[in-house]
Amino acid sequence: MKEQLAKIEREALEAITGAGDPAALDELRVKYLGKKGELTAVLKQMGKLSAEERPAMGALANEVRSVLEETIELTARKLAAAALEERLKAEAIDVTVPGKAVKQGHKHPMYSALDEIKDIFVGMGFTVLDGPEVELAELNFDRLNAGEGHPSRDWSDTFYFDEGSRVMLRSQTSPMQVRAMDSMPLPIRIIAPGRVYRKDEVDATHSPMFHQVEGMVIDKNVTMADLKGTLNLLAEELFGKGTVTRFRPHHFPFTEPSCEMDVQCHKCGGAGCPTCKGEGWIELLGAGMIHPNVLRMANIDPEEWSGCAFGMGLERTAMRRFKIADLRLIFENDVRFLEQF
Amino acid sequence: MNLSRKWLNEFVEIDVGDREFAEAMTLSGSKVELTHDMGEEISNVVVGRILSMERHENSDHMWVCQLDVGQSEPVQIVTGAWNIHVGDLVPVALHKSTLPGGKKIEKGKLRGVLSNGMLCSLKELGLDERDFPYGVITAAALLNDYHPIDPEKPSIPEEIELGHKIFGPVVAAGAGEVKSLGDGRWSVALVWAENGTPMGTTVETECQNIHSMDLVAFNTKTRTICTLADLHAEQREFPHCIPDGIFVLQEDCKPGDDIKKVTGLDDHVVEFEITPNRPDCLSVIGLAREAAATFDKPCRFHTPEVKGGGEGVLPELLDVETPDPELCPRYTARMVRNVKIGPSPKWMRERLRAMGVRPINNIVDITNYVMLEYGQPMHAFDYRYVNGGKIIVRRAAEGEKLTTLDGKEHTLTANHLVIADEGRAVGLAGIMGGLNSEIVADTADVVFESACFDGTCIRKGALSLGMRTEASAKFEKGLDPMNTLPAVNRACELVELLGAGQVLDGVIDILNYVPQPTRLKVEPDKINALLGTDVPENVMYTILQKVGFTTTKERGVMEVPSWRSDVKEMADLAEEVARFFGYNNIPTTLMRGQTTLGGYSPKQRLEQKLGAVCRSCGYDEIITYSFISPTWYDKIGWPQDDPRRKSFKILNPLGEDTSIMRTTTLPSMLDILARNYNYRNKDVRLYELGRIYLPGREDGLAGEAKVLTLGAYGEGFDFYDLKGTVEAILKDIRAEDIHFDGSLGAPSDASYHPGRFATIWCGANQVGVMGQIHPNVAKNFGVDGELYCAELSFDSLYYHAMGAGPEYVPLPRFPSVTRDIAVVCDEAITVGALEKAIRKGAKGLLKEAALFDIYRGKGIDEGKKSVAFNLVLRADDRSLTSEEADEDVKSILETLEKDCGARLR
Repeated sequence: MKEQLAKIEREALEAITGAGDPAALDELRVKYLGKKGELTAVLKQMGKLSAEERPAMGALANEVRSVLEETIELTARKLAAAALEERLKAEAIDVTVPGKAVKQGHKHPMYSALDEIKDIFVGMGFTVLDGPEVELAELNFDRLNAGEGHPSRDWSDTFYFDEGSRVMLRSQTSPMQVRAMDSMPLPIRIIAPGRVYRKDEVDATHSPMFHQVEGMVIDKNVTMADLKGTLNLLAEELFGKGTVTRFRPHHFPFTEPSCEMDVQCHKCGGAGCPTCKGEGWIELLGAGMIHPNVLRMANIDPEEWSGCAFGMGLERTAMRRFKIADLRLIFENDVRFLEQF
Repeated sequence: MNLSRKWLNEFVEIDVGDREFAEAMTLSGSKVELTHDMGEEISNVVVGRILSMERHENSDHMWVCQLDVGQSEPVQIVTGAWNIHVGDLVPVALHKSTLPGGKKIEKGKLRGVLSNGMLCSLKELGLDERDFPYGVITAAALLNDYHPIDPEKPSIPEEIELGHKIFGPVVAAGAGEVKSLGDGRWSVALVWAENGTPMGTTVETECQNIHSMDLVAFNTKTRTICTLADLHAEQREFPHCIPDGIFVLQEDCKPGDDIKKVTGLDDHVVEFEITPNRPDCLSVIGLAREAAATFDKPCRFHTPEVKGGGEGVLPELLDVETPDPELCPRYTARMVRNVKIGPSPKWMRERLRAMGVRPINNIVDITNYVMLEYGQPMHAFDYRYVNGGKIIVRRAAEGEKLTTLDGKEHTLTANHLVIADEGRAVGLAGIMGGLNSEIVADTADVVFESACFDGTCIRKGALSLGMRTEASAKFEKGLDPMNTLPAVNRACELVELLGAGQVLDGVIDILNYVPQPTRLKVEPDKINALLGTDVPENVMYTILQKVGFTTTKERGVMEVPSWRSDVKEMADLAEEVARFFGYNNIPTTLMRGQTTLGGYSPKQRLEQKLGAVCRSCGYDEIITYSFISPTWYDKIGWPQDDPRRKSFKILNPLGEDTSIMRTTTLPSMLDILARNYNYRNKDVRLYELGRIYLPGREDGLAGEAKVLTLGAYGEGFDFYDLKGTVEAILKDIRAEDIHFDGSLGAPSDASYHPGRFATIWCGANQVGVMGQIHPNVAKNFGVDGELYCAELSFDSLYYHAMGAGPEYVPLPRFPSVTRDIAVVCDEAITVGALEKAIRKGAKGLLKEAALFDIYRGKGIDEGKKSVAFNLVLRADDRSLTSEEADEDVKSILETLEKDCGARLR
């Protein structure tokens, strides 16, 4: 009987390890371990053994059973793993085939630049104002110290809606300074982006409609040093830490002293190159301390309050930011252009 | 404003390079646009003296010259020019030299003969005859250069000999010795024959191209050598007898001298952008003041001295009236007699040229010179045309006519100021002189006018006539009336210096204003407070004195110089201090004071949100012009009487295309869609949050409403794609009770396809429209495919986005039952109507009803369709039984049949 068990074990192990698929394995399980299996058949002969032999033989039989069960289990696992591997291999795909497109829309580059500027000033406690584009000449000019006779009031420069030159398309966002002074409590910190209009024919750098961002602060003891500090911060936020700026005297009717701020040319670092027309600097914006006449006209006492203001062209800033060479691209709205941003 | 640095140095010596000069001037407020080295492109070009000239062996027109160029050995140069002679001083471009236009000269062989460079013409040096009037070349018609137009029929026979008649008294003569007379004229010995008798004479001529052995055409009657014009010949008949040639110098120079010094091309020109508040800087003197202050150098200004003594008494010869004193604050005039019109001297021409002004003649050049130097426009006119010796500065009569110096006739109005004699206008005050009193070659007596006119009057006058001149551009900014007298004296001084005439004693000077110098108290504390600096008091005074402010007896009070009418109060003084203290020396600080709570308004946040959702749906943002063409209303199919056509109209538009303010954004969107369509861009989706401008407000301004416009086209793109985006937008802003109304026969919009158009509603409010663009409208924009657009009112969206924020609803705890139903109904029944019936029929268990199929065709009768919905039924407090669900569905089906005639399929 012992020999029988050993023989079964030997044959079964050989058969099991040689099984090629789960079905064959299952058959072997039935053949050896099933109710009518070979091992069971041997165990049925246990009754014929003596009481002394029985426990030893029983233990042996159980041992063989458990060896076979384990081996079947192990082989089954191996076969399953091989089958899975086979399947995964068959399921392999070409990962270089492009992904399924998700169409995302794009913000217009100019408004991207504007949003950046807005966020910078909102962070500094500025309120964003929106105002009319069809504007009174009184607010666009008179209240900004550009009285009758100022050249920019000419019909060759500004669009008008009436013969009396009373209603016009604003030529700058600066009337928003006046609107803010007239409607807001002091102190004031505002920026006012928007469309402005001038009688310029369309070319690579001009458009009869373009965008500006106006900024204004009125408070007690606002100084030109504060204006410089604020604008330097803007330049650093827009063009990166360490951006070098310079301030030049200039003239605007509604600021005194007035200045323009240049940013050192990013291409040549100030040495002069075609980008900056050899100057080493690129003009970014105009600014100044609010002219006392402008404050007086808004019934703000210049002895008590002072203020600063600035205005920048958005198109030019966006063009510099994104290296766009021709202004016409901005208003052409070709999706091949828009989708680059 | 151009500035010659040589001229500047006459008043203040600044010995720094152009770049440093430009930088310093820019930072003190005189913005430099560019600097230009006039002789930048010229190198290694020197003066040479012609030592000898030989005809080239292998050429019928070239000369081989030996020149002294100041080196130990003469150089040999071959030239094709005929206007030079032995002894002439000429510009020589040596081996390895450069000329304007990037031209490089190197030695080489010309028909086998070595040439070590090139002799230069005026043009080759970048100059012309206006710079050097004596450089004009007159060419004789040399018979040895004759090339007949038709070789078969020459008008001068090839075998012509001395004495042969050419026509009339003109014969062929041989040139012997040619001698320079030094004044640009030449004496030429001639020989010819008359009836076999040898004849000879010596004649003087201006023709510079004659050399010994040449054959000339000699007019025996007038005893002159004929030019091409005299022979009525064409240039091609005498190809080398041309009015072009080498620039023969009459300057005081010697071989080897740098040609740039000799011709004045060694100057550097600086171009300034002068701001309108500083008309005083539109002059050499004004910029010299700024430069002196910038570089802290002394200024040397000169007070003109006029000897006078010309014949006559000024008040007897000239009388001036100013009937409109407010338009002419000051009128100053002097008179010059026995004027000799001629070219002005080289130094003056050089300076004019450097400043970009064309030299004309001595008198005109003097007026320009003084205008550039003093910034005071001057006018010179011929006294003989001032009838009655009376000058009247008056408003023009309505319809009065005047022809100006540029030859254009103008019809004037009372808004124009004229200079007139008793009978007629002789000039447009401050703009341009009249042709009728122009300085001409035989002008003998000249009146110099140096006046100050009202800036606004000149500006408007010039503008209305479309003739903004150098003078009017200065006047319109408001000039210093104190400047007229020194300027007119300077002009007279120059007349005497140039020997151009005799200046009469005395000045006519009419003052219609009371000079009142501005005095300002200098308040250092306030200036420092405004600037954020602490500039010491004494530094402030020093700065102000540098720019012409003077102290007064009163402590702390300074007088503003007359040319600085822009300085009126403390802030202006602060700018002066800041300019020379240095804007870049002002510290940088951050705002202190009360903090303000900045941020975006709810409307601005909604704008940002709308943009974000549009982009997430795949739409790109566009920016379009606010002004459009009125024809665009036609293009989008609006009827002629559509009230929406009433628009703000620009009275002075750039063109018809941009002449009215849009009351709709639709055509702007269609324009951009069409453009992309034409570029063959596929699957385009665009949005714009733009304004429309509606008339009707009481204050005369526009109602500026914002519209969110969507536009799209592409393969397979249909109404429902766009509708999905509109729904996404409305859901994103949490608008409630959204529905679309588009039943056939409902009010439509002519811009849209009548069967594919819907109005968009939130509750009882219409928030917009959407649909497929009418094919005719699409065609109007050049598109033959389907375009889709939606227009949503921003204000309405804002109103409906105002609802309560989200609130948590518990997730379902009990399972739902789903049932699919398909009903057959008439084609005309809308899905919307079916949905309505489903909701109506449900008994409270229906949670969702979602359309999943519409079918027409086999199995369904003609004119009918099968519509399938997926119904989700659920109770919040228990698991539904099948029977409960069936009951609801039964009720739904009954309502569908009752309300819509839809039967279960």
